[in-house]
Amino acid sequence: MVGKAVSARDEILARLRTALADNPPPVQVPRGYRRVDDRSDVIETLVDRLEDYRAVVHRGIDALPRLLSEVDRLAVPIDVPADWLAGYAGELHRDAPPLSAAALDDLDAVLTGCAVVVADTGTIILDAGPAQGRRALTLVPDRHICVVRTDQVVGLLPEALTQLDPRAPLTWISGPSATSDIELNRVEGVHGPRRLEVVLIGSGA
Amino acid sequence: MNPPVAPATGGGRIRTPLPFPTAAKPAVADTQLRANLHRATRTIRAKRARVVDEVPDWEALRDAGSAIKADVQRRLPELLEQFEASATAAGATVHWARDAAEACRIVVALTRAAGADEVVKVKSMATQEIELNEALEAAGIAAYETDLAELIVQLGDDTPSHILVPAIHYNRAQIREIFQRRMADAPADLSDEPAALAEAARAHLRRRFLSARVAVSGANFAVADTGTLVVVESEGNGRMCLTLPETLISVVGVEKLLPTFTDLEVFLQLLPRSSTGERMNPYTSMWTGVTPGDGPQDVHIVLVDNGRSAVLADPVGRPALSCIRCSACLNVCPVYERAGGHAYGSVYPGPIGAILSPQLTGVADNASLPYASTLCGACYDVCPVKINIPEILVHLRQQAPHPPAERATMRVLSWVMRSPRRWAAALRLARAGAGPLGAYRERTTGARTLRRLPWPASAWTRSRDLPLPASQTFREWWEKQ
Ligand code: SF4
Repeated sequence: MVGKAVSARDEILARLRTALADNPPPVQVPRGYRRVDDRSDVIETLVDRLEDYRAVVHRGIDALPRLLSEVDRLAVPIDVPADWLAGYAGELHRDAPPLSAAALDDLDAVLTGCAVVVADTGTIILDAGPAQGRRALTLVPDRHICVVRTDQVVGLLPEALTQLDPRAPLTWISGPSATSDIELNRVEGVHGPRRLEVVLIGSGA
Repeated sequence: MNPPVAPATGGGRIRTPLPFPTAAKPAVADTQLRANLHRATRTIRAKRARVVDEVPDWEALRDAGSAIKADVQRRLPELLEQFEASATAAGATVHWARDAAEACRIVVALTRAAGADEVVKVKSMATQEIELNEALEAAGIAAYETDLAELIVQLGDDTPSHILVPAIHYNRAQIREIFQRRMADAPADLSDEPAALAEAARAHLRRRFLSARVAVSGANFAVADTGTLVVVESEGNGRMCLTLPETLISVVGVEKLLPTFTDLEVFLQLLPRSSTGERMNPYTSMWTGVTPGDGPQDVHIVLVDNGRSAVLADPVGRPALSCIRCSACLNVCPVYERAGGHAYGSVYPGPIGAILSPQLTGVADNASLPYASTLCGACYDVCPVKINIPEILVHLRQQAPHPPAERATMRVLSWVMRSPRRWAAALRLARAGAGPLGAYRERTTGARTLRRLPWPASAWTRSRDLPLPASQTFREWWEKQ
């Protein structure tokens, strides 16, 4: 086919097909790993793992007013449950119309919920669903206060994945921002929120 | 009918300018560097061991990870087409690059089209491999590394020396010195406390994040059935780059695919524990095309071959494409610990670099790298996707220019090493002074090496010493540590 340029796409796919000329046999993936947690103390495990990575854990919704009383300027998603804000006397900034990055940078904290939480790794997953808002909201303010209902907690990571919609933007958070780049010491606090506070609510909290 | 298109080797920063032993000399002689490396690799080895030990099904996860990647390699063309279709349907634009130069041209063109003369960057091996920063600079576009270690390396006019911790060769005092010299807004009384250094980096990059219009990232995983990209990080610089700018360009090697979103349940367990030695890294971001009103609205993905088709073409070397860049193999490698990352010349140092770089470029261009190993097997033991690195090393040594008898020897060794059982048995026999690895004798230098092997190995050891473990194997010794 003289004169007709082959696209990079077609050329790469053709190269890869040639590379597989030996016709490797089909692969059966062994999935012998745990997909469901059998431990009974999932909440205790979660608290242990969160604290191990320097998140601060508070138990019960009553902790919230005291926490928020330290916050002068608070960002919230538009659908934040009203009872989370009961008695809040500071400056409230709802994300509607969307707050600019610079405006978010001026606020002291953000209050959100979450989608699902993995106890085994102390991981909070946000999927931009109810009470979470868009990604910038939980990123720019220096302090993230996250309300976790005990019925959102699963034991293992595979259990969490089945509850997520891949089309949603997903943010997995395990402790506050940290770096191990200097002599491999973990130091909390680089670009993400330097303080992560978890308020555990619901039965068993 | 078109003739079949041959797999092609790649370009970029994947070639050793000097033979490994020559390149390693300065590092081996630098006591400060060796102390930094020793301290860092020892720390991270201990962290990894602790969090791997607490996972009862670790071996089952490794088996699954290894098999999923083998399946990806077998079905790579079809999975790439599936990924392209899913990502495109979700609003991303997919580009294809045959080699490093083409990938750089695409990123430059996209950045210009966005009207930007600077980009913020998330640490990415692929963009280092294609030498993107240099290409952007040549096009008049400033590239700002935002990962703390990458920032240290960039400010120090240096190159990374480790996959995960690019500045592993610096200690805190040296980092403070670099910041004071090159970071205009660093506080005058900056201390060398890691927290203070991190704070300085935060302040330095904050404005840049808030105003950046274009970000460039890599991806740890690309999911074929959903079109999702995944970036695993610690500091939040990744989230900043992936969330705030209007345009996001992700440079992704074609081998990064996973067939399904569910497969992440394996890799998101294997990667953090193997990499930073944490149960989970602080932040993982996943995005699928464009989400209206949330994050970048102009999303591009550049799929890069740059030699990967050549790696795929070799059935023995192919598993090198399974690598998830965790760097566990670097941290356990006695050669890496002494030589450091720069000696490997390529962006891929350590055991994985010793097998990946020569395959990406063709062995003739990196002929010394397959020898940058003692074949002790520690890398294979820690690899979360079970790449048999020693086997591939010996296989590649066969391809480097050698006399015929030597090639035959290495074929035998390669066969022995292809089975962990055969290799372990051979090492045991060698310690007893018999078997296929035959007699060894202690050299006058005190180093124990194989000097004379029975035929056909004898032809090889005549010209080359094969380092041999002492009365216990490195693996046995290692397990006791
Ligand atoms: S070869 Fe294995 S251990 Fe080494 S970086 Fe790749 S995945 Fe990690």
